[in-house]
Amino acid sequence: MRNIEAAKVTEVVRRLCIDANRHLPGDVKARIEDFRACEPFPVAQGILDQIIENYGIADQNEVPICQDTGLACVFVEIGQDVHVEGNLTEAIDEGVRQGYIDGYLRKSVVRDPIDRVNTRDNTPAMIYYDVVPGDKLKITVAPKGGGSENMSRIKMLKPSDGLQGVKDFVLECVEEAGSNPCPPIVVGVGVGGTFDKAAYLAKKALLRPLDAPNPDPFWAALEDELLEKINALGIGPQGLGGRTTALAVRIEKMPAHIASLPVAVNINCHVARHETEVI
Amino acid sequence: MAKRIQTPLTREAARELRAGDSCLISGVIYTARDAAHKRLCELVAQGKELPLDVKDAIIYFVGPTPAKPGQAIGSAGPTTSYRMDAYSPTLISIGQTGMIGKGKRNAEVVNAMKEHGAVYFGAIGGCGALLSKCIKKAEVIAYEDLGAEAIRRLEVEDFPVVVIIDSEGNNLYETGRRAYLDSLK
Repeated sequence: MRNIEAAKVTEVVRRLCIDANRHLPGDVKARIEDFRACEPFPVAQGILDQIIENYGIADQNEVPICQDTGLACVFVEIGQDVHVEGNLTEAIDEGVRQGYIDGYLRKSVVRDPIDRVNTRDNTPAMIYYDVVPGDKLKITVAPKGGGSENMSRIKMLKPSDGLQGVKDFVLECVEEAGSNPCPPIVVGVGVGGTFDKAAYLAKKALLRPLDAPNPDPFWAALEDELLEKINALGIGPQGLGGRTTALAVRIEKMPAHIASLPVAVNINCHVARHETEVI
Repeated sequence: MAKRIQTPLTREAARELRAGDSCLISGVIYTARDAAHKRLCELVAQGKELPLDVKDAIIYFVGPTPAKPGQAIGSAGPTTSYRMDAYSPTLISIGQTGMIGKGKRNAEVVNAMKEHGAVYFGAIGGCGALLSKCIKKAEVIAYEDLGAEAIRRLEVEDFPVVVIIDSEGNNLYETGRRAYLDSLK
């Protein structure tokens, strides 16, 4: 059994919140720059240039890339041989609290969805725990903006809807979202599981690096096919027309009930943030 | 060539703008998003005075990050506008002439824009660090309890926007996409 102090978790989460909001991951930058190089439409080229300039300013001045510094989505892979001294969930929330206050990040959480009083420290975090073998603690902070999150959907397809049903639903979601989620977007798709597991998979899919295709050739081909179809829609950066509507499609799947084919689509904007540290 | 707009934006000036026009806004604009819009419309419904003069005003749908020491404001890009669709027609009917946001608007908003003379500008979403450079001064003037959602008075210089929907109902999201798809033929 390996002991990890809760205070260490807080320190790591604090840093991850600040860094994720200021520095876009290298794989996302590379994708945006590749698409800029291939974008044929002048209006879209101009917007992509400003997106590139914007994350350059954020890097240089150590300021948030986007004002929506998000809900703090925290993915925790806890090794079964790890013992956390103290309260892990409280330690994560404390890290979010310190990160969002010390990092001059926006506090975007209300304590109740109906009374809507701001908690003023961006807590609670949205935490996803996963128990894995080993004695490490892997923490990923993925700040998630509300604008793109609002364009996400889930549908319980019938098995007879099949692969075509999945494709149609993903394209329908992107078409309906249009200019709202700040395209170019990253499209996270979860297929299979239960109603809630499909949504979780769609969100988790957004964590996979944009230069890492699905390890399964069938699903990797589907990611490519959907990306091509999405980028033929013409929505373009910010919805003003162009090829670059999406930077990537990322699909995660799992087994399903004989009666079910759940599909969830979780949309992310071009500020596709996430930072990871292994303790 | 970008058109220069000095606030306040009169109805006559708003009616002259066309979807697709690139504009640089200078002067005073106000921030408000979901919670502030709700409060403003409640005041209108009660016949009470608003904490800002919306006549000929441009409202920017934004909740900025806190300013670091030495900054006028933190990152400050647009939020998605359709969430203000329930409120914008009321504010346009009492004099608001400009909105800055991103994303689609519904028919009620467009009808109010046509009837009264107002324009919907888009700023680039997800470019809050870049856009904040055009904001020279920011001051909370109402609803401080709302934090990021408080109403702020901003002094802006050459704030870059494009007209998405004009007072005749022309829509750049439709024409821009069509122009791109036509260019492939």
